[in-house]
Amino acid sequence: MSGTEAFIIFFNVLLINNFVLAKFLGLCPFFGVSKRTGDALSMGAAVVFVMFMASLVTAFINWFFLLGHPGNLFYRAMGGDPAAYDMTFLYTIVYILVIAVLVQLVEMALMKLSPPIYRALGIYLPLITTNCAILGVALLNNDFAVEASGFWVYLAKCLIQGLGAGIGFTIAMLLMSGIRERLEYIPVPKPFRGIPISFIVAGIMALAFMGFASMI
Amino acid sequence: MSVFQTLKKGVFENNPVLVLLIGLCPTLATTTSVKNALGMGLATLFVLTMSNVVISMFSRFFPKKIRIPCFIVVIASFVTIVKMIMDAYAPPEINDALGIFIPLIVVNCIILGRAEAFASKNGVLASLFDGLGSGLGFMLALVVLAFFRELLGAGAIFDIPIHTSLKPITMFILAPGAFVALGSILGFVAWRRLRREERECAEAAGKYRAELIITSKNKPE
Repeated sequence: MSGTEAFIIFFNVLLINNFVLAKFLGLCPFFGVSKRTGDALSMGAAVVFVMFMASLVTAFINWFFLLGHPGNLFYRAMGGDPAAYDMTFLYTIVYILVIAVLVQLVEMALMKLSPPIYRALGIYLPLITTNCAILGVALLNNDFAVEASGFWVYLAKCLIQGLGAGIGFTIAMLLMSGIRERLEYIPVPKPFRGIPISFIVAGIMALAFMGFASMI
Repeated sequence: MSVFQTLKKGVFENNPVLVLLIGLCPTLATTTSVKNALGMGLATLFVLTMSNVVISMFSRFFPKKIRIPCFIVVIASFVTIVKMIMDAYAPPEINDALGIFIPLIVVNCIILGRAEAFASKNGVLASLFDGLGSGLGFMLALVVLAFFRELLGAGAIFDIPIHTSLKPITMFILAPGAFVALGSILGFVAWRRLRREERECAEAAGKYRAELIITSKNKPE
């Protein structure tokens, strides 16, 4: 994989196809936790971390257990036709369980290893399990497996996309929280106060992010 | 509570999207046309109803501490069923448009929310109608949003052109239009709620004043 390719994957998911503003993934935390900048930053950090870990783990599982190709470990152990070991229809169940277990493990590890980080991110970790952005990045990573020449290239692409998606999510959260803090002092018409005006602001942000479309 | 009341509560009072603000990701992503919205609404309705029924049947066997993972397995199984059915039978253009949002039904907060708040504590029949109500409410919100987005953004409903002389506002079928359209609909819902509250408030105040007048008149001199 060349440097340009990595660059394109990263910036594509960071700005052009921003997870929140162009792909509509992870909207619940985007509107729920973006009232204050501090909270938004903590949530963003937690999402970057979990997305990276989820990309790593699901890439391994997909390559070695689910795909029906010569890299499948069941095929290597038992032989026969590699396509017979194709279990890709189990994506949804396997990925959501892996992510749920992963988040639980990360929470327990953080509690033991680094109490300050746990105090900052702890309450957001359970919320992340049902965050569609995490499962979304794992499912979107599957497309890389078709074109990848080998496991390491596939893994690298997954990790770059996971990192880019997480950072893109954090950028959108930070921008949104900054705007919402100022919205508190603006005389918005009564029915539009709170969530409705936030949606319209997000729409204008999405319009601005569409300008990145011609960047690559 | 009667069947009709349960359904009405799910569709209007506790509408998942317009009142409770959950399940927003598929709402915005799949409402580019009324057809896609109906497809997504039906898929979610099926998963929600079936998982509600199965969870209400088996909830007493789920250990309390790991009940959420158990719910997720049940929901994910039904999502897999829906995904396989859609791959086989749904029109390809709808299946492509919904894309990863079909497997993402599994993380839709509405389904886990109903499982935890209702199905795990109530009987099979009540859970069935609760699921139907919430699912229909979700579908209604999707179709309303898709109606406005398709009308403004493509000038058509169900791919049938409505107005041809005006140039459609393409922004409404793209990402920004989704946010603006849903924001406006939520603003409208909030406006109606505020107006009703004001009227109720005025009625209550009027009644209170009338009572005061009556009691002051009846006061012995």
